[in-house]
Amino acid sequence: MTPTEIDKIFRDEAGRALATLIRLVGDFDLAEDVLQETFAAALERWPAQEMPSNPRAWLVNVGRNKAIDRIRRQIAFRGKLGELTHELLGNASACEEMADVAVLDDDMLRLIFTCCHPSFAPEVQVALTLRTVCGLSTAQVARAFLASEEAMAQRLVRAKQKIRLAGIAYEVPERETLEPRLRGVLAVIYLVFTEGYVATSGEDLMRPDLAREAIRLARLLDALMPGRREIKGLLALMLLHDARRAGRETAAGDIVLLEEQDRSLWDENQIAEGLQLVEEALRLAGPPQTYAVQAAIAALHARAPSYEDTDWPQIAGLYEVLLRISPSPVVELNHAAAVSMVDGPARALDLVDALQARGGLDGYELLPAVRADLLRRLGRHDAAREAYLAATAATRLEPLRRLYARRMKEVTS
Amino acid sequence: MQYLLMIYSNEAEYAKMDPAAGKKISDEFEVFTKDIIQSGNFKAGDRLRPTSTATTVRVKDGKVLTTDGPFAETREQLGGYYLIEAKDLDAALGIAARIPSARHGYGSIEVRPIWVYN
Repeated sequence: MTPTEIDKIFRDEAGRALATLIRLVGDFDLAEDVLQETFAAALERWPAQEMPSNPRAWLVNVGRNKAIDRIRRQIAFRGKLGELTHELLGNASACEEMADVAVLDDDMLRLIFTCCHPSFAPEVQVALTLRTVCGLSTAQVARAFLASEEAMAQRLVRAKQKIRLAGIAYEVPERETLEPRLRGVLAVIYLVFTEGYVATSGEDLMRPDLAREAIRLARLLDALMPGRREIKGLLALMLLHDARRAGRETAAGDIVLLEEQDRSLWDENQIAEGLQLVEEALRLAGPPQTYAVQAAIAALHARAPSYEDTDWPQIAGLYEVLLRISPSPVVELNHAAAVSMVDGPARALDLVDALQARGGLDGYELLPAVRADLLRRLGRHDAAREAYLAATAATRLEPLRRLYARRMKEVTS
Repeated sequence: MQYLLMIYSNEAEYAKMDPAAGKKISDEFEVFTKDIIQSGNFKAGDRLRPTSTATTVRVKDGKVLTTDGPFAETREQLGGYYLIEAKDLDAALGIAARIPSARHGYGSIEVRPIWVYN
């Protein structure tokens, strides 16, 4: 076995092994430490010997034994009464349990729901999830937040402390709270994706590794909790957005708007998968669900041969559904953009201005950009120029600034 | 696990409630308290007199300083508490959400675990 192959196995199995170890050991930090030691042991033994037939079970069993050793040593040292719990010592049948996929699936769900517990601030939920479920290193998570590694390590330590001290149970939520809690998990996954899809600041327009992690998480969740429209909807949405990645950016890192993108660069396979999932999501019973509707909109874009040849009336209609079920500044603006393609930019500008008057879009950084674009299409060049200046001031993203600069040149000449 | 549920609300707003609504919430508090006593979660609980009746004590350089009113001016003020026993945080949060003033949209409940010394 090469180190690369072993590494891949770790990547695939780490989350699951950790999830089960946390349950057995009852402590995040101890489980993580023990898993690290176990990896080290695997790196020593696996290349020389046969690959274990069930690497996940191997990791969990070796990890569990190391945890027992550790706790025994702690007891001997401090003379405290055993924290060698029943779970940890278990019995022979527990080893067969390791092969039981259902048990391991439950543990993974436990881990995901615990990381996304509502008593954590959303950024903390994201950080915990990236670190323990996705297995990113603290340094990688810190980079995702543009924070220092030290600050991120602190944040994670405090979060794990809260799990212990505030008594956050390592459980899948009960039936009554499952729906809202699941929505929380999906929100975290979507946060990870949107941060990867359009980074909020800095030089890079996209951080594809984060987008891939989010998709991986949603796939996992879909496998663990099948037949749920909101999960399929979110996965479809992310796949469809991500499929356009190659078309969104020039080699120089400049943004290419949807209307100018070379659609042949889009990932056909991912689009096909996304479209399939959208259909599955829409076929499942229930009231309209926000991710599924957003995915349906993305599907209409993905299917269209060109920007002009897109089914704009249907898209506008779908945004109206979104305005009903989950209104937000983004939805309002996207709705207006769709309306501009159906009824023209003047009508859309009325909508946007009415919104602004109602105070619904205060401080929303893309508002001036949308106004600028509509004004440009109406030939109101002075107003457009002012709006592009405001848009430039409102964003921290270099590629967007360059785009606005280009547009400003167009309306100045 | 033991948790302290601290009941915060804006005293001025709470006082503005009409007497009938006020009585309704009081009655609900009675029912709620009886419920959690019966379920074994209740350890203690009291309503507090308003912050106008508070006195704050600080000791500086050995001198005892007394000021009129709460420790700080805040938008919401502590109006009462429950000390409860609950299986885990979710159970405690569930109980907190049933507290009548919170259920009717008045203020917030801070849920804090008790620091247990062995």
